Amino acid sequence: MIGLEVHVQIKTCSKVFTRVATGYGEPPNTLTDPVVLGLPGALPVMNKAALDASIKAGLLLGCEIAPVCKWDRKNYFYPDSPKNYQISQYDQPICLGGSVEIELPGAARNLMGEHRQVALTRIHLEEDVGKLNHGATDSLIDFNRAGTPLMEIVSEPVMHSAEEAFAYLTSLRATMIYGGISDCDMEKGQLRCDANISIRPVGQTTLGTKVELKNLNSISYVSAGIAHEIKRQIGVLERGGTIVQETRDFDGTTGTSQSLRSKEMAHDYRYFPDPDLMPVKIDASWQDRLRADCPELPFPKQRRFLERYQIPFTLASVLIWDRGLADYFEETARLCGKPQMAGNWIVNDLLRELGASGQTLAQSKVRPSHLAALVQLVDSGAVLTNAAKEIFIAMFASGETPGAIAERSGLKAAPADTGELEQWCRDAITASPKALAEFKAGKDSAINAFKGPVMKAAKGKANPKLVDETLRRLLAQM
Amino acid sequence: MADLIYQPITQLAAALDAKQISAVELTQAVIARTKAVNGRLNAFNSFDEADALAQAGASDARRAAGQGRGALDGIPVGLKDVIAVQGQPLTASSRMLAKFVSPYDATVTQQLKRAGAVLWGRLNCDEFAMGSSTENSAFGPAVNPWDLTRVPGGSSGGSAAALAAGTTVATLGSDTGGSIRQPAAFCGLVGLKPTYGLVSRFGLVAFASSLDQIGPFARTVEDAAIVLGAIAGHDERDSTSYRATIPNYRAELGGRRGPWKLGIPKEYFAAGLDPEIGAAVERAIAFYRSQGCEVKPVSLPHTQYCLDTYYIIATAEASSNLARYDGIRYGHRAAQASDLVDLYARSRAEGFGAEVKRRIILGTYVLSSGYYDAYYLRAQKVRTLIREDFLRAYQEVDALLTPTSPIPAFKIGEKSDPLAMYLCDIYTIGVNLAGLPALSVPCGFTSGGLPIGMQLIGQPFNESGLLAIAQAYERAHDWHTRHPSL
Amino acid sequence: MSQPTEFNIDHVAQLARLALTPTEKAQFAQQLGDVLHHIEQLGKVDVSSVEPAAHAFAVYNVWADDIPQPGLTVDAALQNAPAQRDHMIVVPKVVE
Ligand SMILES: [Mg+2]
Ligand SMILES: [Zn+2]
Repeated sequence: MIGLEVHVQIKTCSKVFTRVATGYGEPPNTLTDPVVLGLPGALPVMNKAALDASIKAGLLLGCEIAPVCKWDRKNYFYPDSPKNYQISQYDQPICLGGSVEIELPGAARNLMGEHRQVALTRIHLEEDVGKLNHGATDSLIDFNRAGTPLMEIVSEPVMHSAEEAFAYLTSLRATMIYGGISDCDMEKGQLRCDANISIRPVGQTTLGTKVELKNLNSISYVSAGIAHEIKRQIGVLERGGTIVQETRDFDGTTGTSQSLRSKEMAHDYRYFPDPDLMPVKIDASWQDRLRADCPELPFPKQRRFLERYQIPFTLASVLIWDRGLADYFEETARLCGKPQMAGNWIVNDLLRELGASGQTLAQSKVRPSHLAALVQLVDSGAVLTNAAKEIFIAMFASGETPGAIAERSGLKAAPADTGELEQWCRDAITASPKALAEFKAGKDSAINAFKGPVMKAAKGKANPKLVDETLRRLLAQM
Repeated sequence: MADLIYQPITQLAAALDAKQISAVELTQAVIARTKAVNGRLNAFNSFDEADALAQAGASDARRAAGQGRGALDGIPVGLKDVIAVQGQPLTASSRMLAKFVSPYDATVTQQLKRAGAVLWGRLNCDEFAMGSSTENSAFGPAVNPWDLTRVPGGSSGGSAAALAAGTTVATLGSDTGGSIRQPAAFCGLVGLKPTYGLVSRFGLVAFASSLDQIGPFARTVEDAAIVLGAIAGHDERDSTSYRATIPNYRAELGGRRGPWKLGIPKEYFAAGLDPEIGAAVERAIAFYRSQGCEVKPVSLPHTQYCLDTYYIIATAEASSNLARYDGIRYGHRAAQASDLVDLYARSRAEGFGAEVKRRIILGTYVLSSGYYDAYYLRAQKVRTLIREDFLRAYQEVDALLTPTSPIPAFKIGEKSDPLAMYLCDIYTIGVNLAGLPALSVPCGFTSGGLPIGMQLIGQPFNESGLLAIAQAYERAHDWHTRHPSL
Repeated sequence: MSQPTEFNIDHVAQLARLALTPTEKAQFAQQLGDVLHHIEQLGKVDVSSVEPAAHAFAVYNVWADDIPQPGLTVDAALQNAPAQRDHMIVVPKVVE
């Protein structure tokens, strides 16, 4: 069984217990003050925004928000910890219970997999530590990160596989980003994951010895690390060995893990209430204010998209992970009234161009109104699909409206001269008596046999809708 | 003005306003006095003459420009060496911080600077404020000006000795279990421990966070009210700071006349009380009675548990507060260490003195796995009972009157047993556990010429009432006008 | 209450990161044994229905708004550092 402890940095302007700025990538030790450095006499003061964010996270994950929570000191010596205690929450965390909805991989790419709730134990708020840079003979400490607000989100040990852990992290990460709580950039250490793994051989009811796996610092390392650890534990048992309770460090580059320290030397953290901080009382109105600011989460959104817009899972499953993209889709669909077409354009064309250009959605010059106009041009037959693709690329580059581009570049579907079109249609029908007979016999799709020659005659520029109408009118007369 | 060095703030401020003296002259007098006597007293860990004279010059310039900042402008005030002053040493009388220079000001430091005070000297104390005699200083014990063979009390012994010897006009100390009141009593001064939360702790080197409080030493009650007025008030950098408007303590003194209802807790007059101190306090009680005050016996039944409760809570908090002194970011770092764990253990072993180590060990133990409930949690519950004792008494009386210390200043080296030393604090620690304001005011001398102090314990945040009760006594007695011959 | 005899000075000194000499260990063990013996009497107090007091005055929700303020310069931050390089604090190599 797998339980995950995820540390998520909260996106605040200042640190959790002092007002010096937070930041990433700044020159070493430029984001400190007496509190961050634990200088003699320095005292902590809570950051309201960090509390708000933690409560919001709890609301999004269906946790019970503690009516009262308090601060405890976790005492241990480590050079990245300036006071040699971490201000954390021990027996009265800010959120209890709750769950993360996960989606397992489907049988095929276009099929939705099973959904499941992964139960949470708790969420508590604490301060981040500094960063150690290890050299050949010594280590260097940068305290810029120290004091950044950090949520520790602890799951119950209820996951069974690396895939479930992956799905859990994907969903949790999206939830945090949706809520504006964190950017969860794992490269920047904004989301960090430790896993507790114990295996239970089939037929055995009690859990085996727990091994803690640390430094799973990218989502793919989480999967690889857990898969590796499960295999390692099975291997140990099969060789007749026993699992030692320990902490192991996973090295993503080599795909191997290494024992850190045996847990027999278990830490004695000597938790006690921090006398420098006052407890927090969270009433219903505070919760309500934050609840009003809680967005719809990815999976409820996916259910709504599938039902309301009747779009295929392949589209919905892409659109939901990015709140901006999902909003973009909804706006485009609303403006053009063609959700599936809108979805296709976004998932296939827009994402491709964004990826190629390195732009974010917010930077894109193609706004929902532009895309909706293009969808309508295609839908009305005024622009053919191939031409529309060209228009899209031009529109992505320039930000012009699709109508203007079509007009300027002659990409509008031809011909307005119905006399010519009618003649091409007559020729096509005459040229294929077999299809004519089939159509007359009631096989509607036989009409398609005439369209190719008409298009060919029109050099591809005929309005398909008009071709269809003209053919039907002529056929009805025959 | 004759004998500048023993004048109270009130007199000196009047002289400064009347241009009879200048702040520079006053500061020079204090510097000269310090240089003359500190070799015998060891009350100062360090001082910065040039800096003090510059501050005094700035004060004179303000007054000359009609921009004087009030009673403290130009008045030398000494700070216990546990209060941060930007650019000045902050040693906590520890080898650990012997070379530490603070990059920031404590809130009280900023408040005193704003009031125009001339910050003068870093005053000796027990290491990290742990002790009752100032013998636990890494820089040698401070000495009692009334008897150079005796301790000035502690832990703010330097703050008391410096003021009693006329090397400054007022001082700040910190009081975790009596560390202002007991040295005030030993040195014949007024010493006030404010209500917990009234004065910001930001920039005070923490000993026991839930008990520590900064307060003034002064020659008179009115002086104490002036200094308190400067340093009291809400500070957004201290989460335990009290949110309320602060009265003008000095102005309120005049308006409060009593009579008051005074409670005499019988547990504070038990065995172990020096008879001369007991008699002096009885005379003070008789005085209040003669002034129309109602004096009644009260009981604080959990008094016998104060010492144990205190030593559990104080050492537990200290063990955590002092973990930051590890030789990594600042402070003493051991020269020869084989690895990181060794570096911690050696730096701390070399940097801390015996009493600090003892308390860290005790505090670590009472918090350690399996003992938390039996010690720390239980002590916190008993703390509740101790506080309730006081609050119950305040339903009947305005303030409590007790001896400050069971004994007068003792000989240097006399109390080598830690437990015997801890017992010196039995009358003062209950106040810290309950978070109450209390002061010590001179109430006599022993036959051997040692000062005696009595303690008045007030209701939460009613410092005005407490000061008024003390001043009523002070006005009718002249103990505070006597000075040691040095 | 726990018996003072359980007081393991080596273990506690290790937790507290204090390298004590044998003399200090013997002395502290004896002195703290006395103190712990004195403390035993707290066990007599009936605290069954008493709330613990973490603070002298219970106040809730003391916080500040999330508005950054200037901190220390690098020089001020490192002015007391026993060893530094590249604007960082140097410590013996940390091996977990
Ligand atoms: Mg954890
Ligand atoms: Zn954590």
